[in-house]
Amino acid sequence: MLVASAQPDQLQNQTQENGESAAVSEKPCIIIRNLDFFYNDRQALRNVTMTLPERKVTGIIGPSGCGKSTLLRVLNRMYDLYPNQRATGQVIMDGENIIGPDVDVSLLRRRIGMVFQKPTPFPMSIYDNVAFGVRLHERLSRAEMDERVEWALTSAALWDEVKDVIRSPATSLSGGQQQRLCIARTIAVHPEVILLDEPTSALDPISTLRIEELIDELKRNFTIAIVTHNLQQAARIADQVAFFFMGELVEIGPSAQIFTAPKERRTQEYITGRFG
Amino acid sequence: MPESSGHIVKSFEQELARLRELLIEMGGIVESQLAMALQALMQKDAELASRAIESDVRVDALEREIEQFAIRLIALRQPVADDLRRIVGALKITVDLERIGDYAANVAKRSIVLSGLSLPFSLTGLMHMAEMVQEQLKLIVDAIGDTDIEKAISVWQSDERVDDLYVVVFRELITYMMEDPRNITPCTHLLFISKNLERIGDHATNIAETLHYTMTGQVLSQERPKGDRTVYYADRPERG
Repeated sequence: MLVASAQPDQLQNQTQENGESAAVSEKPCIIIRNLDFFYNDRQALRNVTMTLPERKVTGIIGPSGCGKSTLLRVLNRMYDLYPNQRATGQVIMDGENIIGPDVDVSLLRRRIGMVFQKPTPFPMSIYDNVAFGVRLHERLSRAEMDERVEWALTSAALWDEVKDVIRSPATSLSGGQQQRLCIARTIAVHPEVILLDEPTSALDPISTLRIEELIDELKRNFTIAIVTHNLQQAARIADQVAFFFMGELVEIGPSAQIFTAPKERRTQEYITGRFG
Repeated sequence: MPESSGHIVKSFEQELARLRELLIEMGGIVESQLAMALQALMQKDAELASRAIESDVRVDALEREIEQFAIRLIALRQPVADDLRRIVGALKITVDLERIGDYAANVAKRSIVLSGLSLPFSLTGLMHMAEMVQEQLKLIVDAIGDTDIEKAISVWQSDERVDDLYVVVFRELITYMMEDPRNITPCTHLLFISKNLERIGDHATNIAETLHYTMTGQVLSQERPKGDRTVYYADRPERG
């Protein structure tokens, strides 16, 4: 009689790397190497190494105080505005270390735009909100500016709703519209990367879905990193997900793998609601 | 990955435990269904056979309950990672268990017919196969209960032995039929019974694969050990 001869170690070889085939690859837009970050003496990021692939959405998740927002603040050097905050390591974009001393921070922030948790419309018209950043960097004719504003608002899926009230104050818009306006203002200067820090946490579910749909559209042209506390949101919109815990990057991988078969126990415990 | 600590939301923890309990209950009933059916076959006990057949009602009800419960958990808890795998795994395992129950009931039905027929030969081979399948089923139901991956892998590996035994029994029964045409009716029933047992082994192996994925997140290879070669004997009776 034949007896099954497969041994457990052979079985291991026969198992498939679940989800790995759908790995996020392609060209890196930003490469982060051995990044440390300090608020005075407190270390907020520890030896973070990861890549933001070009024209992909990277979701960043983790409990409060894990370093998610700090990472975004490093990427466009928001921390420069504060003394006693410093970053070491490398953040490489187009071969240049963007946390190095010789970087033109104003130019960097044009290339890497940011949208915050609460909508931050300026107290001016809808049109001027979008044109504001463009005027800082470019000299456009009236017609060119009109075109740019329309393009940005259209890209942010807001044009149809505001085209007849373009000179009204931005503050008259609803929260969801204001957030899309902030996205329009960010993309109006033609950045390469968009950083979103919990962009939908103050919005209702429908406005949230609109923003998510928008992010899906925007990734055709932009590299996107989004910090979110909404795990389902990360699962819905991110191509890859990075899980941070206490300043460390615990795990990064394709969203499908992270949410079906995470490799690290801490990731599993966090996303299944076992600590946090 | 070792099993994680409890969920922050206690009621979800309880629901997952309840899901497992339902599966264990269903597995237990199916296990006893098969035991009753085989005992009924050996002892020509029609009353016991009827009980095995009647158990199907409870098995079907449990399948529906588990399915509804799992769907509700997916909708309301939006599970991910090992939680998601456990719930989807339960959905699959309950289907396999239900099929095993059907096969056991079919064995029981045929045992009633067979109890009225004379068998001028021994059922040693078939009973050996039955014992092995029962052992597989017991092991896999245990594996569901204590999430023991070693048990699951052991069931997965031993399915080939069941398939080999099935070939032996198949050839034996064909021999009896060729020896005496009066054996054809009982042997046909016995052939179906042995096929049922072989299928039960396959479903136990399915469950082993599901458990492996549930516990590790890794898919066991599609190429499981396969030993059923009866298809090659079917039109070559001279070899029996």
